Order: sequence, then structure tokens, then C-alpha cells
Amino acid sequence: MSMELTENAPSVAGKKPVANKSWKGNIREYGMLIALVVIMLFFQVLTDGVLLKPLNLTNLVLQNSYIIIMAIGMLLVIVAGHIDLSVGSVVGFIGALAAVLMVNLEWPIFPTVILCLATGGLIGAAQGYWVAYYRIPAFIVTLAGMLVFKGLTLALLNGKSVGPFPETFQRLSSGFIPDFFGAGGFHFTSFILGVGLILFLLLSGLFQRNKQIAHQMAVEPLIFFILKNGALSLSAGYILYLMSTYQGLPNVLIIMALLISAYTFFTNKSTVGRRIYAIGGNEKAAMLSGINTRRLTFLTFANMGVLAALAGLVFAARLNTATPKAGVAFELDVIAAVFIGGASMQGGVGKVTGAVVGALVMGVMNNGMSIMGLGIDWQQVIKGLVLLAAVIFDVYNKNKSA
Amino acid sequence: MAAILEMRGITKTFPGVTALDNVNLTVEDGEIHAIVGENGAGKSTLMKVLSGVHPAASYTGDIVFEQQVQSFQGIADSEQKGIIIIHQELALVPQLSIAENIFLGNEQAKNGFINWQMTFQKTQALLTKVGLTDAPDSLVLDIGVGKQQLVEIAKALSKNVKLLILDEPTASLNEKDSDALMELLLAFKKQGMSAILISHKLNEVRKVADTITVIRDGASVATLDCVKDGISEADIVKHMVGRAMEDRFPPKTAVVGETVFEVENWNVFHHLRQDRQVVKNANLSVKKGEVVGIAGLMGAGRTELAMSLFGKSYGRNISGRIKLKGKFQQFDTVNSAVKAGLAYVTEDRKNYGLVLIEDIAKNISLANLDGVAPNGIIDATKESSVAEQYRTDLNIKCSNIYQTTVNLSGGNQQKVVLSKWLFSNPDVLILDEPTRGIDVGAKFEIYSIIDQLAAQGKGVLMISSELPELLGMCDRIYVMNEGEIIGELSAEQASQEAIMSIIMKAGSRDHVDGIN
Repeated sequence: MSMELTENAPSVAGKKPVANKSWKGNIREYGMLIALVVIMLFFQVLTDGVLLKPLNLTNLVLQNSYIIIMAIGMLLVIVAGHIDLSVGSVVGFIGALAAVLMVNLEWPIFPTVILCLATGGLIGAAQGYWVAYYRIPAFIVTLAGMLVFKGLTLALLNGKSVGPFPETFQRLSSGFIPDFFGAGGFHFTSFILGVGLILFLLLSGLFQRNKQIAHQMAVEPLIFFILKNGALSLSAGYILYLMSTYQGLPNVLIIMALLISAYTFFTNKSTVGRRIYAIGGNEKAAMLSGINTRRLTFLTFANMGVLAALAGLVFAARLNTATPKAGVAFELDVIAAVFIGGASMQGGVGKVTGAVVGALVMGVMNNGMSIMGLGIDWQQVIKGLVLLAAVIFDVYNKNKSA
Repeated sequence: MAAILEMRGITKTFPGVTALDNVNLTVEDGEIHAIVGENGAGKSTLMKVLSGVHPAASYTGDIVFEQQVQSFQGIADSEQKGIIIIHQELALVPQLSIAENIFLGNEQAKNGFINWQMTFQKTQALLTKVGLTDAPDSLVLDIGVGKQQLVEIAKALSKNVKLLILDEPTASLNEKDSDALMELLLAFKKQGMSAILISHKLNEVRKVADTITVIRDGASVATLDCVKDGISEADIVKHMVGRAMEDRFPPKTAVVGETVFEVENWNVFHHLRQDRQVVKNANLSVKKGEVVGIAGLMGAGRTELAMSLFGKSYGRNISGRIKLKGKFQQFDTVNSAVKAGLAYVTEDRKNYGLVLIEDIAKNISLANLDGVAPNGIIDATKESSVAEQYRTDLNIKCSNIYQTTVNLSGGNQQKVVLSKWLFSNPDVLILDEPTRGIDVGAKFEIYSIIDQLAAQGKGVLMISSELPELLGMCDRIYVMNEGEIIGELSAEQASQEAIMSIIMKAGSRDHVDGIN
């Protein structure tokens, strides 16, 4: 459309707007990434190099996969301005359901997985229904859900552990992608796949940067861009190399990579993703802009349920047994990961990649402190302080820039 | 008369900006001194300096209060001397009673135990002074905004106030409550109290002020004596904007065409209290290229009418028919109303119009994301070019379209909200208080945009509490009172007196139903 408006309005057409929103704002997003690298190096030294041993790296991925999977869903819930305390209990419940179906009733794997994911979706939807359509605070609804599904897990398992799972199912968590080159020792398929992925990310980063320049958006200086991406690619490549000298890439890492890319794209590019951010930013304004705020809130919880169910399956497959204790307090790690990753308690702010980095920060600390033989007591204390420090740092930065 | 307050050569800088540049202000004992200026001119900063929010060391210049140089370190210091500010956003706790609010932080207590009898007695005496008849134990959330303002004043009186500062006290009051408040100020003046009044409403400033200080761009540019010299609104505006503003409204360019929007027998009930009808049997129509006003006091049901029309976003048990572009249509959701070509620009842009933490571009595309996202995937290039277009067309002043909207001035925020709705390409726009809290220069720009919209053949329904604005902009004006449309005036018939007399007549009619 074209409008000719007030004559006293100076024309800005043709004049290039000077972007003064500092690119330094982006540094904050990398702050946690830098912190992650520092923490890794710190523990690498303290554990005498055990942290980055191929075996341990693989373990690190396996140990944190379910937290990362749930952190993605939790990010959306928190961005929409809510919280889900029930995810830990859902992990336990779905694991128990899978065990009862596969071990006791001898169901085949595929239908079990589908039914479990659907059940997770239903659980999320049931909770989201009250939050979205009756405006019951999510804290209350999911606190109730936490108790309910913890209880149902116990009921389903009769208080006992059920296992072991069929071997094919275990591979969901403990399996590795096959090596088509068959040369023992080094896993070429994994390495080539990983290098391809890194190149793809580099190119899309460059593409994105050029597009931002075309839009006159603030970008970081070229030298910073090169340094950042160079450092990231090299460290990713190194870790990839280390894992390839062991058994290659775990299956669950592929699942995670797919989920992370899909949800990053969804949150950044899709209209539905944008609308969820708008709801968290100002629900009333979103509603008056024609956005179906209730339905989207409902779906956000349903999505969380599916991802919690997936995490439940991964966790059960990893333990190779369903226990009544499974999933206890997982919600705390997941929520901590999302906040360490820069999401805002008020909603409307947060990134998938941030949540993943947040989960990795927690994961590396868990792993490193365990290797050092630090007791679970002090581990908790330190993790709690790191969460607090990360959020204080965030708030301090925001106040400074305001 | 001696001066109760002298602020001499106040200069206050923030990193990178000089907010106040050698400002002088002298308030005589027992006068009402008005401070006027555009948004961002530095009025609030000056008051923050005076009240100690910006402590003594953070500015240069002298504050002389009651012949003594003061160096306030915080609000407590200035309040102790009897300088009390009532802010635009009221600082009352809605869930507490009037009495509890008045003595909040100053509880009538002995050894930590509150003496309720004394609290209520003192409250009663204060309420009588400000002319409030509500019981001291009524909750603040149960009384209207006008009364809440009076509670704030009662609270100030409880602190032994010598200089009362009112920051935009009537911004959210209707005309009746505003008049009452101004009368109260004049009554206090007779009793010898001094007051500083900050206001955008030049008519009320002219009515009560003895002296007016105009602040522009952080400097005090003029001090006008209202008593001796005859000051007109045009004089004040001239000093405020630094140039003469002959025309406060743009010339009309639109041609009125056929009817585009009709509402028949529209009824709406309160969203919580089902027995309370907030819109009663409303009938109205808007033609293409026509700007139609809805006048009425606050609480007349205008916003409720507008929001209920807009996809039933307010109220329940809604009945009636809407005809848009010649077709009867039913809008059960906001989305269906937007898709059909209706837009509603809210009266409360911060809470209902903008996602303040998001940038300009994302706010503009929000109501029509499909317009920048074929297949549900957002095209960033398209989105930014749309935002750039509106930035140019509506003259949104910002460093770039990726600036977050929370940092924009009121006028520019309003332009972003307008852009959002223009991008949804509506046939009919409902504008609810489109210039509330916007300074004079930006108001003219908003009026020009409205005129341009009409010239493009869109129908505009404009709700406003500022009668001069309705009279200056509208082709036709409906008058609403207590949920009913009680009158309709053409531009020729309409005048401030005509509208007010319709409202007053309806008020004295005492709830007789079905006038039309």
C-alpha cells in the first residue's frame, strides 16, 4: 500500500536507517555457550582429561538426552508464560507403561512406542485443557499432575521394577548408527555425517548473516563472526572426531539433532511459533490481534506431553528397566536448563538453542563432579548456585541495557 | 506573596543526554502552578529531582523550599518537608481498604499493633475534606478511578502536605470527575495550599492555574501569568511546540460513500455480572470514508460496545446483528472479525495493543502474519519491507524497525499499533481513544492518518473522551450514556454544549428504558 501522509513529516524513504541496536546484544546469547566451554575445560583439567575421553563424551550425550528432549518442550511452555512440573512423573509413568506393554504383555515395539507417545500427548492435553480453557494456573495443574502420575507409576508397576526390555528397544538409547564403511576402529559414517552437518550449519549461518545485512539489521563484525564460527566448528569437529574413534554417533543423538533443528526452525520461522512468543509477551494483545491464544496454549502443553513421553521411552531404554523411581525430580533439571539458557519467567523470551546449552551446562557439571567423586549433596548445592548465578547474570545484563 | 518553592538552574544529565538544562521554576505560596510540555520534555524528570528520586548530588542547581536550600536524598526527605507527589499511575493497593491505603507505611499503630478505631476516624475526617462519601473500609478496587484519585489526595493530606504535586491527575478521569477534582484543587487553594499541576489538558490548566511554566526539550521556555495576562490555549501550544499551531486538525479530504458497517439491536452483558447490561440495544452505522464519533462519559459502555463488536472480545450473552459490506455476518472470534475486514485499535496500547518486549516489525505483522508468511513460514524479507513501508508512511520515529516497542514514545507506539491494523487491510476501523496520552505534535499526525484512511474509503468509528477532538474530526457523532446510544448529531449540529446537554439530560432521566 502507499499512503501520502502529513506534509510536515520528513521523508525517510531512500535514507538508509542506521542500525543502532547493538550487535553486542548477540553476545549475551553466546554467553552461556562460552560458559559451557569454560566449564568443560575446567572439568577437563580437574578430571585429568577423563571428561573428554571418547567413552565419557558418549556417556555425557546418553545421560542428558532425555533432559534435552524435555527442555525443548519446556522452552515452549515457558515462552508461552507457563510451567510444567509434571514432566518428571510423566517420564516415570510412560516408562512404566512401556514396560508393562512390552515386558508383561509382550507387545511389539512399534505399537508400544506409538501408544506411549500418544498417551504422553493426552496427558499434556489434559493438563493444558485446564490451563488454557479454564485459566487454572499451570503451576497448580501440573503440580497435581506430578502427584497423579507419580502415583499411577507406582500403581502400574505394583511398586516393583519391571524389565528387561527387548534388545531392539534398548538400542533407542544405547545403540549407535551403523558404519557403512566397516573399517573397524574409526567410525567413518558418523564422521562424514557430522562434518556434513557442521558445514551445513556454517553455510546457513553465513546465509543468515548476508540476509541480515541486506535487511540493514545489526550484525557482529566479520572478524567476530569468523572467530565464533571457527571456534564452534573446530570444537564440534573435535568432539565428533573423538566420538568417531569410539563407537560413532549414538542413535539418540540423531533424534536430538533432528528435534533441535526442527524446533529451532519452528520457533524462529513459523507463524505458530511466532504466535506462541506473542502470547507469552502479551496475551491480551495477542488475543486482540486475532490469535487463538487458548488453542495454542493447549497445544503447547500437548506437545510437552509428547516430548516427555519420548524422554520417558529413552530413559527406560537406557536403564533397561522401568522403576517407580524413574523421572523423580527431572522436572527441576529441565526447568533449570531452560532458565539457564536465558528464558524469562514472565514468558515471551527464550531460545531452543539456549535451553539445549543450559541442559548441557547442567549435564557437564553433573558428569564432571561425579568423575571427581564429589558427593551428590555438594553437587546439588553447586548446581543450585549455578542456576541462581546464571539468572542473576541475565537480569543484571537486562537492567544494564535498559 | 513569597515563594514557597524555587528551583534555580536545575541541570540534570543522564549518560548521553541532557534531560534538564538550566530549568527555573518558582511557585508562589498558595498558588496553583501548572507545568505543561510535550511528552518527553522533562516534566517528570523535574518532579523526580524535586521529590528526591534523583538525589541531591545527581543534578546541579538549587532547590529552595520555604526559604531553605534543600538536599533531598530520597522521597522520604521531601515528604517530610511536606512535598507530596501523586503520580499518574495511582500507587494504591486495590485489595486493601481506603483506610489501609491512606495510612499505608504510616500506620496508626502503637507497639506494632494497628489502632483501627483511630485509623477509621482519621480516614473519615480526610474523606470528608476531599468530598468522598464512601466508607473507610471499602476496598479500593470497588470504587471508580475518579474516587481513587481522591483517595490519593486524602493520603497526601494525611501527611501534612504543603506543596501538592499532581502528575496528569485527570488523564483517566471523565469530564465530570475532572471538573470535581479541579474544584477541589481550587478549594484547597483557598485554604492556602500550594500545588503544582502537570497536565496535557490545556482547558483545565487555563481554568485553575495562576501561573504556567512551559517546558520544552528540557528547558523552561516561558512562564505565563494567567491572572494578569489573558492566556489562550493557542498561546500555550505555541510555547510548547515552539511554533504556532493554527490548525489542530487536518483539512478533510475524504468523500463519504455508501454504508459499509451497520449494527442492529446490539446488546451486551457484563462479563462477570450477568445481570448487568453494559450495552443496551445499540444501533449505528458507518459509511465509507466517514469518520463517526462516539462521545460519552467514562463507563458509558463505549469500549464494551467496540470490543463486543470485535469478535466478541468482551462481554457475554451478546445479541444483535452486524452488517459488514452489505452482508450480515457473525463474528465469534477476533480472527473472524479481522478476516472479514474489521480492526480495533485499543484504548490501552501498552496492555492490549503491543507486545512491548518485541520489536516494531514483529508487532506490525502480528495481526496479519499470513501476509508475511506464505505456507506458515515467515518470510523475514517480506516482514521487514512491510515494517519499513509503514515506518515511512506513518513517520514512526525509531532508530530502526528492530527496536523494541517498549522504548518508543506514546505517539510512536500508537503509530505501530495503527500500522498493525492497517496491514490487516480492514474496511472498518474502530479507534478507541486514539490520541490518549499523546503530545500535541503527534496528535496532529494521528489525525492526519485517520483522515487518510477515510480518504481511502475506509469507515472509521472513533471513540474519544476529548470532545474537541471528536468535533474536529468527525462527520457524525453518536452520544452514548449508560450503555445506550442516546443521541446522534451531524457535524453541523455538534458542539461541546450540545453533546454535554444530551448526556446531562439522560443522567437526570433516571433510567428510563428505550428512548430510541
